[in-house]
Amino acid sequence: MKTIAEKTVIALTGNDAVAEAMRQVNPDVVAAYPITPQTELMHKFADFVSDGWVKTEFVLVESEHSAMSAAVGASAAGARVMTATSANGLALMWEILYIAASTRCPIVMGVVNRALSAPINIHCDHSDSMGARDAGWIHLHSENSQEAYDNAVQAVRIAENRDILLPVMVCLDGFILSHTLEPVELLKDATVQNFIGDYKPVHELLNTDKPMTFGPLDFHDFYFEHKIPQIEAMKKAPEVIKSVAAEFGELSGRHYGLIERYFTDDAERIIVAIGSTCGTTKAVVDKLRAGGEKVGLLKIRSFRPFPYAEVREALSGARAVGVLDRSHSFGAQGGPVLIEIRAALYHHADVPIKGYIYGLGGRDMGTAHIEHAFEQLKVLVSSGKSSDEIGFLGVRE
Amino acid sequence: MKKKGWKELAIGGRIDEAGCAAQYETGSWRTFRPVRDEEKCTDCLRCWIYCPDSAIKVEDGKIVGLDLDHCKGCGICAEVCPPKIHAIEMIQEAELKQKEHE
Repeated sequence: MKTIAEKTVIALTGNDAVAEAMRQVNPDVVAAYPITPQTELMHKFADFVSDGWVKTEFVLVESEHSAMSAAVGASAAGARVMTATSANGLALMWEILYIAASTRCPIVMGVVNRALSAPINIHCDHSDSMGARDAGWIHLHSENSQEAYDNAVQAVRIAENRDILLPVMVCLDGFILSHTLEPVELLKDATVQNFIGDYKPVHELLNTDKPMTFGPLDFHDFYFEHKIPQIEAMKKAPEVIKSVAAEFGELSGRHYGLIERYFTDDAERIIVAIGSTCGTTKAVVDKLRAGGEKVGLLKIRSFRPFPYAEVREALSGARAVGVLDRSHSFGAQGGPVLIEIRAALYHHADVPIKGYIYGLGGRDMGTAHIEHAFEQLKVLVSSGKSSDEIGFLGVRE
Repeated sequence: MKKKGWKELAIGGRIDEAGCAAQYETGSWRTFRPVRDEEKCTDCLRCWIYCPDSAIKVEDGKIVGLDLDHCKGCGICAEVCPPKIHAIEMIQEAELKQKEHE
């Protein structure tokens, strides 16, 4: 068992926590746009570069489109690559996000989840990474800064696994996590280095002994065939995410899965959430449980790949499910998490569902909003029917 | 030739051979064709340096022809050819094709 003396617990913001993980990973190349919407995450990492804590080739570019392009180039060349972005910065990377994934570049990127314009807003919501959900990246979400750090370390192993070779976004809620000091327990530098190991690329563009073509023109005769291995790699990702988490759990004592079930086993009403709101929801679950109410939380850690089987298992015993989304998919049934949960349960379990949108543009999500949602779910329990009306928590009429 | 299935291909659309872009002919976009006057040309190779498609064929420091399977007719070669020499003229493909037809 670990003793306290072996642990390093320090007060860090979410930005600091991911920057510390990057320092410990010591990637070969980091390419980043250095001005807002970039966050202090990269500012902090730039300090590590200039102070000589890392040997990283730090490439500062003129836009996020260029940042991701440089990251793809460096990864194709055979380097271990990391970067970070947020909000409109992620949106500007759009085209190259797809190229990174389909070229099978195992880049790890911190995404500080913030609202997309317009109106101009710099605060938390999930419209940035949710919009990029079909780009082919693995998306890991973090409940707190500790998880952001832990996810960043694990992401390197997941991305670089030979069966996977896909880029990973480590998502953390803007400001709520990125700018808030929390106690975070860091692994030792050597432990992280040992855990991630040396990066050995499958192919290297700069290996002149074995010249290769990356990113060729690929029409109707081969493009389809090139998409299937990408789909297959994503299919294998759940097992790899779980096995990396198991190994990480041995090292750190902190255990992760694709989802986290918080009092769901006997729960009558379950709320599904993602990110920092899971922490708030746990507080509400504790309070309502103390009053004898059978409520629970299902936290989604891996949004891509989406853990359909685990979600089904966790929710099929419930009598009502409320799904919280911090972004909307305009014109859809509701937010992206609701759509996935509905798809997971369809034909498998007839559980009444209601979708909620909350916290857009950084609007506070308090315990009262979650209690209200749990209260509304009682209506679904008694009627046994889903509600197609999306609830907007905390908006003024 | 039977085309490879997905299980036989390298990941990420990678091809374990370099320089294979030459195997794909892209010259059909061209509406203007560079026509080089061999007598005027001094083999200064400016066109060879500037051509974005490596379509100026050179052997032993001499231009031996234009690779019309890859030339897109951008006209950069004619533009960079020294004005006093003016060895490359851009002529409409339709005009040339008409002549060839006759």
